Amino acid sequence: METDAKGSKIIRLAHGAGGSLQSELIDFIVKDIAHKNVNNGVGVKELDDGATIPLQQINKEIVITADGHTVFPLFFPGGDLGKLSICGTVNDLLMMGAEPLALTSIYIIEEGFDFDTLGKIVNSFNRTAKEANIAIIAGDTKVMPKGTLNDVIIATTGIGIKDENIKILDNNLKVGDKIIITGTIGDHGAALMASREGLNLTTDLKSDIAFLKEIHATIEDNIRNNHIHAMKDPTRGGIASALNEWSVKSNVSVWLDEKSIPIKDEVNAVCDILGLDVFQIACEGKALMAVDSNYADEILAKIKSTNLGKEAQIIGETKSENPKKVFLKTVIGGTRFVDMPLGESIPRIC
Amino acid sequence: MQVPGTEGFRDEQISEKIARAITKIVNSINRKIKIMHVCGTHENTISKYGIRSILPKELEIVSGPGCPVCVCPAADIDKAIEIGKREDTIIATFGDMLRVPASNISLSELKAQGADVRIVYGPNDAVNIAKANSDKEVIFFAIGFETTVPLIGFEIFSNPPSNFSVICAHKLIPASLELLIGIDNLNIDGFISPGHVATIIGLKPFQLFSNAYKVPNVVAGFEPNDVLLALFMLLKQIKNKEYKTENEYTRVVKSEGNKKAQEIISEVFDSVSSPWRGIGRVLDGGLAIKEKYEKFDADKKFDIKITKSVDIPPGCSCHLVMTGKIYPHECKLFKKACTPVNPIGPCMVSAEGTCSIYYKYGE
Repeated sequence: METDAKGSKIIRLAHGAGGSLQSELIDFIVKDIAHKNVNNGVGVKELDDGATIPLQQINKEIVITADGHTVFPLFFPGGDLGKLSICGTVNDLLMMGAEPLALTSIYIIEEGFDFDTLGKIVNSFNRTAKEANIAIIAGDTKVMPKGTLNDVIIATTGIGIKDENIKILDNNLKVGDKIIITGTIGDHGAALMASREGLNLTTDLKSDIAFLKEIHATIEDNIRNNHIHAMKDPTRGGIASALNEWSVKSNVSVWLDEKSIPIKDEVNAVCDILGLDVFQIACEGKALMAVDSNYADEILAKIKSTNLGKEAQIIGETKSENPKKVFLKTVIGGTRFVDMPLGESIPRIC
Repeated sequence: MQVPGTEGFRDEQISEKIARAITKIVNSINRKIKIMHVCGTHENTISKYGIRSILPKELEIVSGPGCPVCVCPAADIDKAIEIGKREDTIIATFGDMLRVPASNISLSELKAQGADVRIVYGPNDAVNIAKANSDKEVIFFAIGFETTVPLIGFEIFSNPPSNFSVICAHKLIPASLELLIGIDNLNIDGFISPGHVATIIGLKPFQLFSNAYKVPNVVAGFEPNDVLLALFMLLKQIKNKEYKTENEYTRVVKSEGNKKAQEIISEVFDSVSSPWRGIGRVLDGGLAIKEKYEKFDADKKFDIKITKSVDIPPGCSCHLVMTGKIYPHECKLFKKACTPVNPIGPCMVSAEGTCSIYYKYGE
């Protein structure tokens, strides 16, 4: 256990990396919250992508998500902090089955940060919001003394609306569900890693950053009819984190077929060179779904007809045996576990 | 999906074919067979591709002390920590090294307490840090087997800035093989040797070993079908009662190795008897920087003496795991008190550590 000089346990970077250490931090923060939901809607207890506030009079639910956005470098191949903030917020709403309505934004800026760079981020933020057709309706700014923050952080709250009978939740997977991924995995994390100073890897990799409205629209009927049992954008911690969370919350096992999982050659190569597990690498423009097997082919065909979903695949299914675990049939026909990532992936020595 | 250049090496049909041949030969030998590899990257391949799950139960594959992070003695880390506590120093090392428990704290804890400890991807990055920080002493904590040694040797040889120095904790593979073969009751039928080490040192040191101890040995690559093929080659030797070093990794390993790299190693380093964490002192098991280059030797520059250190904390079985005596799940701390989040022993830390690999990919 890591402690400071006085012996108090300290927060490590890995506490923010989407693995089991992050769960420990979240639990530390939320465990003593007195009121954890409104009108029996989804709340902090469920630790899902967002929360709901039921509006029983009109059979609808307001969906709320909260997100803090930070990325290094601020501008990366394929995107920047502004675009990332909007896409992340919109995707969290879509993954709850909601139609995104509006968001609030808070810019926390370090003293000395320049207007030109901020302007580029703000432009990208506003442009992406326009493309996603979501309103920005409130916000705040804070400036922190130099050295107390690195450059800029954006915090958002997303607000959406959905029919009350749509239940797309982490704890809603059923035995026999098919798992669909809407495209190649790991693009965002691998592009960032390769572009970091010191690695000197030359690749054409770009972040897959995108908002998933097009995919949401094409399967709207299936969402309305609850053919989609769970949906998630596998960001930090990758599909390993998302699938482990589902298997635990829904008490099923997930069985993946490695051969069917779409991965770009360059992403595989970056992961091989650095000794990283591609299943733990972040995507920023992909949806992972657990769907009713009777509708899996139909849903896959619809997703494949979109621009974002051309490389979508059914990558596995759920079973009742050995619940709360994720298994992988490897490319050579062996079987292994896919475990919950613990924290930040560290490149290896040799 | 296929990574370019791996064609065939991850091909399921080929894997199945080799696995069938392995099963046939294991059945004909008709007893338990124990193969040991001594490289974390081999364990990673075996676990990541689920290789054990497609092999017959009578064929046991155990891990040796093949992770440079795991065998680095606590005293060396303690030394880096003592130097790192000084305000005018920057410690640079590989990412895996940061969280390894030493006698008291780890380098990662030292960093959290405010010391300047940086992760680098190679020794050249550390030299660049030294160039950019001429008012600081930059100490590269050098670990690794023969694969990383030439890189560090080259930096020392190339006359780096005077504020750059190296804690030399390098270890050598052939010595570890000799040590393992001498351990009672281990009964190893054959070794898979690391292809990247042979790429540097060539086949000769391995041939000397297999001849002297009459033990089959195959130098192997790191793709799943490399490992499967190496197992098949070993089994054939075992069946025919042969003992030689064969090269499975012919697309990379040359018999004579990399002469240039060997020259750099012998120019800069002397082989010395060296402590291995959990194993003890190994004759010719490590390297020290030659006197000629002592101005870059952090040991000489800082004169820190660590008199007492704790390699294996109470209850930890890393020493048994590293010598192939037990599997990680046979340690009573495994997955309970000892996890990659809060590692107690060194094998749980590094991505190449046997316990950490078992934790990640399952037993």
